[in-house]
Amino acid sequence: MSDLATGERMPQAAPAASAPPPTPRRESAWRRRDRRWGYLFIGPQLLGMTVFVVLPFAASLVLALASWDGLSELSWVGFENFTAQFQDELLWRSIVNTLIIAVVTVPIGLGLAVVIAVALERLKTRTLYLVLFFAPVVTSTVAVAMIWQQMFRADGVLSTTIANVFGIDPPDWLGDPKLALLAVCIVTIWSSLGLNVVIFLAGLQNISPSVIEAARIDGAGAWRLFRSIRLPLLSPIVFFSSVVAFISSLQTFDTVYVLVSNAGPDNATRTIVYHIYDLGFGKFQIGPSSAASVILLLLTLVITAIQFGAQKKFVHYEDDAA
Amino acid sequence: MSLTNPSLVDGTQLPPTDSTIAISAPGYRPRAPRTGKGKRRLSQTLLHALLVVGGLAMVFPFLWMLLTSFKTLPQLLKDPLSVLPQPWTLDNYADAWNAVPFGQAYLNSLYIAALVVAGTLLTASMAGYAFARIRFRGAKVLFILFLATQMIPKQVTLIPFYLLMTQLGWVDSHLALIVPGLLANPFAVFLMRQFVLSLPKELEEAAIVDGAGRWRIFWSIILPNLKPGLAALSIIVALDVWNAFLFPLVLLNTPDLFTVPLLLSAFQGQFGSINYGLVMAASAISTIPMLIVFVIGQRRILNSMAASGLGGR
Repeated sequence: MSDLATGERMPQAAPAASAPPPTPRRESAWRRRDRRWGYLFIGPQLLGMTVFVVLPFAASLVLALASWDGLSELSWVGFENFTAQFQDELLWRSIVNTLIIAVVTVPIGLGLAVVIAVALERLKTRTLYLVLFFAPVVTSTVAVAMIWQQMFRADGVLSTTIANVFGIDPPDWLGDPKLALLAVCIVTIWSSLGLNVVIFLAGLQNISPSVIEAARIDGAGAWRLFRSIRLPLLSPIVFFSSVVAFISSLQTFDTVYVLVSNAGPDNATRTIVYHIYDLGFGKFQIGPSSAASVILLLLTLVITAIQFGAQKKFVHYEDDAA
Repeated sequence: MSLTNPSLVDGTQLPPTDSTIAISAPGYRPRAPRTGKGKRRLSQTLLHALLVVGGLAMVFPFLWMLLTSFKTLPQLLKDPLSVLPQPWTLDNYADAWNAVPFGQAYLNSLYIAALVVAGTLLTASMAGYAFARIRFRGAKVLFILFLATQMIPKQVTLIPFYLLMTQLGWVDSHLALIVPGLLANPFAVFLMRQFVLSLPKELEEAAIVDGAGRWRIFWSIILPNLKPGLAALSIIVALDVWNAFLFPLVLLNTPDLFTVPLLLSAFQGQFGSINYGLVMAASAISTIPMLIVFVIGQRRILNSMAASGLGGR
């Protein structure tokens, strides 16, 4: 037992990732074998990533600079696909719509999730609420969109209620271009709310009770506790969720494909991914579609970079305080 | 990308047990003593009132789907706002079930999800273990590359991926969903690395000193201790695969090969404008089983989602 114990201490002293065996001669042989194991262990995922992600990614960069119908010889056209895309009114409409969806759904969705998570944390029994809020997350986006299509019918329950309450004509959610985009936003918030609630609730529960207790003894009220303790301590998680939510709202497709059948009415809810899909699989324009893909990638990178730049101002890390 | 935030990336932030969310009492802390009992009850009532409104907004669309699915077409046309079906009918369910191969779609979705989950558990925990514990040349660079690929939206590769599947002859075949699904999941690798890092090193050290091979260490020491992580990963991957839409949409053409969301979307295209009671029955057929599974396993599912959300999703 004691020689095992000394064997245990050795690797702790060294910063090695794995424990070296005791004798040097065996060490080198074992190490060599071990290195091979390393490659073998990452092998399947490395192969899959190379073939199914990196290769297609490189190909999309190449195809964006080429003209190709999938059959005959590929010909280089330089940035022609991009200049054509930037002159395409549909691309701009897709970008604007996608950004509107992101800018509307991310702050509202995360804000609601924070409020609900804070409220849930103070309840004695919350299982039922958690299940209700999370139910849309386990439902496929296609089913969600179909269910909401019924909610948004001009002669449906939502429109009629609004018409009766406000004394206006029943809104035609999915027929009116502006309302259709709003409908897409509502469905997006509704279906992703539960995920963020669950994550924020877990984050709130990770806050040490002693911190809250100390603030309370100092006389902090409920609002003060939220504003000065809970929210700052939760902010790294909120920030991370906002990055993920922004990226996923830039990828909106299922909802506009199903809810307002084919990004209608008249492309009013066309998003970038729908644009890529439509060019590639509706019109079989490989080059322009690939160019649009690259534009989506650049947009994603730029927005994520902006968010990471902004985090210094709004996100509080516990290490700073300590 | 997520590495800039140590507290999120740090393996210790991923509790290996399923205690991430205390669903009831344990997470509840009594308010400060200065608050009277009556006031506390009032604030609890207010909180419940607020949450009931939110909960209703969540449940109402599902409820409306169910009510609509039991209504006859004449009732839907005559009085679209009536709440209760009159008479109640199961015809929509029978017609929807008979019109398209829902049973087949369920089988397809189930076996695709099962294979992708099982395969991902193996490949991702292997890679996660290697990145966490084995020293080999290029490990760091490769791991950063794995992380970087997470920044590429999957949709960017849609067209080349489709062309690649054409080359492989996998278009209109489940192979196009299964093989890339289980072999290329950088997030799963990242998550499993986090879970391995949270295990004590002492676990494997004795075996290493004894000269045990890495495979034996992985298989009989690491994997059994990774169970909570594997459970979390299965749930996340299963949900992802089950609900996937864009890639199946472009890759599959034969209705008998369709997954549940794909068949549902095709069904809507066919019958959507004819009878929306029928469409709601189809929606119910494709959502209710998942919701039942969720309610049964809610504790585990919610904790897994929280763990993955805190760990980098």
